[in-house]
Amino acid sequence: MASSVSQLLKSNKARLLDLWIQKQLASENLRDDLMTNDELRGQSEDLIGALTKNITEENIDQVESNQFDEVFEILSGISLARAQQGFTPRETGLYIFSLKEAILELLQQEIKDTGELLTAVLKINRLLDSLGVVTFETFIKGREEVILRQTEEISDISTPVIQIWEGILALPIIGTLDSSRTQVVMESLLQKIVDTGSSIAILDISGVPAVDSLVAQHLIKTVSATRLMGAECIISGIRPEIAQTVVHLGIDLSNIVTKASLASALKHAFAMNRMVVRRLEVEKKTF
Amino acid sequence: MLMTLSKDSMSITREQDLVPFRNRVKEAAVKIGMGIVNQTKLITAASELVRNMFRYAGGGEVLIEIVSKGRESGVRLTFADKGPGIANLDLAMQDGYSTGKSLGLGLPGAKRLVNEFDLKSTVGQGTTVMILKWKNG
Repeated sequence: MASSVSQLLKSNKARLLDLWIQKQLASENLRDDLMTNDELRGQSEDLIGALTKNITEENIDQVESNQFDEVFEILSGISLARAQQGFTPRETGLYIFSLKEAILELLQQEIKDTGELLTAVLKINRLLDSLGVVTFETFIKGREEVILRQTEEISDISTPVIQIWEGILALPIIGTLDSSRTQVVMESLLQKIVDTGSSIAILDISGVPAVDSLVAQHLIKTVSATRLMGAECIISGIRPEIAQTVVHLGIDLSNIVTKASLASALKHAFAMNRMVVRRLEVEKKTF
Repeated sequence: MLMTLSKDSMSITREQDLVPFRNRVKEAAVKIGMGIVNQTKLITAASELVRNMFRYAGGGEVLIEIVSKGRESGVRLTFADKGPGIANLDLAMQDGYSTGKSLGLGLPGAKRLVNEFDLKSTVGQGTTVMILKWKNG
């Protein structure tokens, strides 16, 4: 054997990089809209640098050995960044697999003996495949982080209690009302009643997609708790189809004040507080 | 004769599966052109049964089918779980009866919301509920 695979890679580092970059630039999956060619070159250089630095004849078929940690770290960084930049899994996968092609091409040019070539190719194949697996794993992790962040943002914006008039609170509920959500809604509503000294709370369920018996039970509980605090509760935003469904289900909401729209609930609240809203009479101008 | 036009199944294991499941049912209902009232009734009934399945059996499988009979089409849902089963079906179908701390309206309410309702249960083996809502039912 003239020179070992690892030796070959080390001495032909620059050529390998050129070969790989060429392949990536020629590929139709190149996304120069997401990443400049310089950045791409930098990334690729880092990865090849780490790979050629850490690879030895002994560890080439021991991918789990911690000598490859640096390579995996760089690769994970690249995949994670790509997931967040909006690369598709295919593009990210092809990135690492094009390195395999480049290495194999290099080996083909350098190793003349078929038997030796085959052994080398097998080794490289195994190594690069596990690098590919790492890419997928971290790519998915990157995507999951995006989802997690969005979930947190959604739960943050979910339940605002708004004071819409002196003594009148409104709580628009959007999305499904499950047990944990009800808990949050109830807590923030009751606290706001204390803070503002309000006597009327309007629960608007226009944004609740379906009202089943559990949702209704949660609503009834919230209303009872509000009453215990000495405030009155109005449920608004009951759509016609919801009204029919609630009746068929057999849920009794008759001792709760319900309104079709937030506007009519507000009007009712004004009436309860003995307030009237009226249009200012404009004095007729005499010409 | 009842014909199945499309079949789709989904497993329910967590409370969070409820929302995607409701969306799947809604999709099926919209596909056959079901009106908003019937859609809401079907989704609410489905929601009740999935909650039961999750609460008492810890999850299960739901089969979502679009069926047709003559000129009428509808959505059929089959909820199958391997939970403790229901000991007294008559009592379970009574308004206001619940072994949990709920309103006790799930099963009887769901039955009133759909056109066909079939409940089979074996204690210790599980429960299967089939509901069918016709497009214009």
